[in-house]
Amino acid sequence: MRHPGRWVAAAIVALIAASLVRSAVENPNFHWDVVGDYLFDERILNGVVKTLELTVLGMVIGIVLGVLLAAMRLSPNWLIRGSSWSYIWIFRGTPLLVQILLWNFISALYPSIDLGIPFGPSFIHLNANDFITPFMAGTLALGLNEGAYMAEIVRAGIISVEEGQTDAAKALGMTRFQTMRHIVLPQAMRVIIPPTGNETISMIKNAVLVSVIAISELLYSAQLIYSQNFQQIPLLIVVCIWYLAITSVFSIGQFFVERHYGRGRSRDEPITLFEQIRTGWAARHADPDELVQRHGDQSGGGGL
Amino acid sequence: MADPIVKAEGVHKSFARIEVLKGISLEVDKGEVYVLIGPSGSGKSTLLRCINHLEKINAGRIWVDGDLIGYRQVGEKLHEIRDSEIVTARAKIGMVFQHFNLFPHMTATENIALAQRIVLERDASDARRRATELLDRVGLADKANEYPSRLSGGQQQRVAIARALAMDPKVMLFDEVTSALDPELVQDVLDVMRELAREGMTMLVVTHEMGFAREVANEVIFMDQGAIVEQGKAEQVIDNPKEERTKRFLGQVLEH
Repeated sequence: MRHPGRWVAAAIVALIAASLVRSAVENPNFHWDVVGDYLFDERILNGVVKTLELTVLGMVIGIVLGVLLAAMRLSPNWLIRGSSWSYIWIFRGTPLLVQILLWNFISALYPSIDLGIPFGPSFIHLNANDFITPFMAGTLALGLNEGAYMAEIVRAGIISVEEGQTDAAKALGMTRFQTMRHIVLPQAMRVIIPPTGNETISMIKNAVLVSVIAISELLYSAQLIYSQNFQQIPLLIVVCIWYLAITSVFSIGQFFVERHYGRGRSRDEPITLFEQIRTGWAARHADPDELVQRHGDQSGGGGL
Repeated sequence: MADPIVKAEGVHKSFARIEVLKGISLEVDKGEVYVLIGPSGSGKSTLLRCINHLEKINAGRIWVDGDLIGYRQVGEKLHEIRDSEIVTARAKIGMVFQHFNLFPHMTATENIALAQRIVLERDASDARRRATELLDRVGLADKANEYPSRLSGGQQQRVAIARALAMDPKVMLFDEVTSALDPELVQDVLDVMRELAREGMTMLVVTHEMGFAREVANEVIFMDQGAIVEQGKAEQVIDNPKEERTKRFLGQVLEH
């Protein structure tokens, strides 16, 4: 045995894992049958859809706002720079939960919303109570809060692109906008995507916070059910299973987006976990003669 | 005699308090190759960057192909023009950089085709055809679909030259384009530049390659501390310099 310590550690880990699984299976309080009953319950599925809607809308608002705020932060005009800074200061410096509650009660602050020229005539008149539904308040709160975080991520991405790239683009006669769109942002994406993936995963989970304003997202839907049947544990497990499923799918998506924007950067394309497993398996099951050739100088050592 | 392609008149440029160009005037006629030599910090690269308005000048005027660069003259007054207007003048000026500055997220062909499409508004197939043609001309036809990270420095620099040529510039600016290359890759790039000069391209070249200057330059300009010290034919400036500063600089460069 070449690595006795490693085998002992693996055995301990396996033992702990086995006992955890055993307790999960044998402890009747988990009520796995109830979990199964509610996993695809219509109310739960509606909650999943609502959570996804909140995440996607929140991220879209966050990303658009983030790009805008980042461009403002890099402006030569101090007033524009300053207002972007203030926005980030306020939205990043106060708890998201409080922001959600504030948006929910916005009609107490502004009973009517008028859109028009500041200090001039207004064109659109809305009653805040009708216009700002709880779902609207939740989406706005998540998106506006996310904008503050995305702004910093996008700004970091933009300043990571070498100045020579902008010089070259300008020298070819590109306008500032063309340079941003074709040269700077595509390269900044490589730096922007990984933390944005993180933000998306956080957003999926932060969307539970809007349950406080009675939006029937995943958690609130489960709470409604267990307030009647008192099966808290199984329903919370249903919630966890769904969250794990959703975050896993997003992580896989992130891998492919990262690979797309990393093109041209490294000599070897990163491969998926599945591809890694396949090539690893292929190497282990390859023709022994070929393996000896490949690892010729290592084969002299110990062996099993 | 036709108007010069590049004309500079009393150009001054300062960064913060340091004056980098102290009144530079020069005229480059169509088809001529001007080589700028001088110690680092003498302002050669800054002059090139001012010619296509990558740097704003503090005083003086620069014309390229008859267009005043960066400003519009109304009566006696100069008005700074907007970014979008500078763009038109810039597209006539090709520039090649010391560190290539190829776009790493695009293949060689895409690097050359992009600005043709979005600046000159050529359609995609024309732009690609021209890219292929130019890659062939710089000896890289087989690298058309490679990303810059898979090309050597010399190959990247030749793609960068092709990218600038694709815009059909009136003048090409070369800013120490062989300084970042391994010695064995320098000749390939110089060969492309020699060929361009033979075909009659107007060129302004900042370089330390004295051999290239002797062979190709119509005019050699020695700059030091932001001013032109000596100017003339290569055999004059490089082989029989009159000024003490030129002699000292060439003594240092040619020893190696």
